[in-house]
Amino acid sequence: MMVKTSFMLRGVEFKNRVLAASGTFGYGDECVDFMNVNGLGGLIMKSLSMKPRDGNPPTRIVETAGGMLNSIGLANIGVQRFIVEKLPFLRTLQTAIIANIAASTIEEYCDVLDTLEGEEGIDGYEINVSCPNVKEGGLSFGTSCELTEEITRRLRARTEKPLIIKLTPNVTHISDFARAVEGAGADAVSVINTLIGMAVDVKTRKPILSTVTGGLSGPAIKPVALAKVYETARAVQIPVIGIGGIMNTTDALEFLMVGATAVQVGTVNFIDPAAGTKIAAGIEQYCADHQIDDTGALVGSLDARTGVSVLDTWI
Amino acid sequence: MIQALCPVRGVQHLTENIFVLSFTSAEISASIRAGQFINVKVDEGFEPLLRRPFSVYRVEGEDVEIIFNVVGKGTAALSRKRSGDWIDVLGPLGVPFTLNGEEFQTAILVGGGLGVAPLPISTGELLRNGKQVMTVLGARSASQLVVSHLRNLHIATDDGSKGYHGNVVGLVKELMSSRSIPRAKIFACGPTAMLRAIGVFAIAEDIPCEVSLEGPMGCGFGICQGCPVELVGEGRKYALMCKDGPTFDVRKIRI
Repeated sequence: MMVKTSFMLRGVEFKNRVLAASGTFGYGDECVDFMNVNGLGGLIMKSLSMKPRDGNPPTRIVETAGGMLNSIGLANIGVQRFIVEKLPFLRTLQTAIIANIAASTIEEYCDVLDTLEGEEGIDGYEINVSCPNVKEGGLSFGTSCELTEEITRRLRARTEKPLIIKLTPNVTHISDFARAVEGAGADAVSVINTLIGMAVDVKTRKPILSTVTGGLSGPAIKPVALAKVYETARAVQIPVIGIGGIMNTTDALEFLMVGATAVQVGTVNFIDPAAGTKIAAGIEQYCADHQIDDTGALVGSLDARTGVSVLDTWI
Repeated sequence: MIQALCPVRGVQHLTENIFVLSFTSAEISASIRAGQFINVKVDEGFEPLLRRPFSVYRVEGEDVEIIFNVVGKGTAALSRKRSGDWIDVLGPLGVPFTLNGEEFQTAILVGGGLGVAPLPISTGELLRNGKQVMTVLGARSASQLVVSHLRNLHIATDDGSKGYHGNVVGLVKELMSSRSIPRAKIFACGPTAMLRAIGVFAIAEDIPCEVSLEGPMGCGFGICQGCPVELVGEGRKYALMCKDGPTFDVRKIRI
């Protein structure tokens, strides 16, 4: 049977519900040797800041049980070089291109978006609010509901393209942040960014990462991410894009069922760059096998009648 | 570059915890160059999570060999592979050694421990390029030495159980001061401290030198940005070990 796989977000069509997560797929050109990039619903670019960023000193990554910690430091080529060097290739792709913006001031978020706004080939924006706010001594924007809301409001006023806010799980109630950005005009939220984690080398008694702590990703965080998506999807009307440890079709189906409109695959790209396209095909096959003619029917299809949610009760 | 499931030909236990795994790949055997590496997913599923990078040790027909020390669960799983098993291989990756050109006539291949890995394939390529090859190999003790497929070999052991008593860089210095080797170039692979020492020596003596670095990597092809190598001079602060290396001109990096 024919299965409809696409979905719309503020007038932009995504051909399927599986996107490559920011920072795990470069600018799309590194993976073409290994896979068909056009088999993905969209590519979320590596974070772009106004100026190029060198990133953090080594060690930047370490494998942990069922996952990995990273502290890349948003190494990127800067928005101007992106436009000149990367965008021409991206325009040739038949998949949605979402620019991800990182910044250290609210003004910089606006400047990067303004710089991209005139360029053909950008279908929308995802905003990385898990960046240190230089005006507040480096505390992440994303842990302040007010600042996250303000960034959203300021950026909303500057673009008619889809605006997605990528939320950090390192807060008490992620749903409060989702409600705030929904009220400020966001079109969707990406849930979740990495969880803060740490690893120690007991031989040297030093932290393994040069920045001491880093972001945990991979299968280890999937149960946490699922619960956060479930919490968020019940709190807002705008679409939730689920992220966190998705390695295969079953993982992605779980996210759709708990309420994600789409998913992003991240860490798995490092191991199997073609994983996202396999998962997109797997979701379509699942629907065909279950006589479902639209992958959208999976979204929020969780049968929670028999369970009592931890959101409503004590653990 | 390809990603492919490749059949394992066999695993040979060489000495102590050192193994050579051989697999068949027409594409990789035909295109791999000395100093490049492959990134291996050791098992189905995602335990361990990340691929494991290995320099290619030798190519024999369509068979490709990697050599490794069992240090963790990834290498332990590889050591248990049997003929008929499959491994998922991504490669060839990275920038090869510069083994041709007029810059040098004699290659001094220097390996410390399992830094011997890219030396046999390099030897073959150098001989085909009409170069002279001298090899200097160091290990903690004689039982850790892997000496096959090398030319004009000199050995150093930390405990003095074979050859020169001391580290491999000490032996390189002695060899190069006791004989005249016109138009030499050093190619080195081994622990970071060894590469740092060989770099200091090469720069002081004005000998061209390329090193092959080893370190934590996420993806192996540039998308995770997880393997920075500090560059010397103005401009870009970091290169990526996987994509811009693992081989580098020792003058261009800070080890």
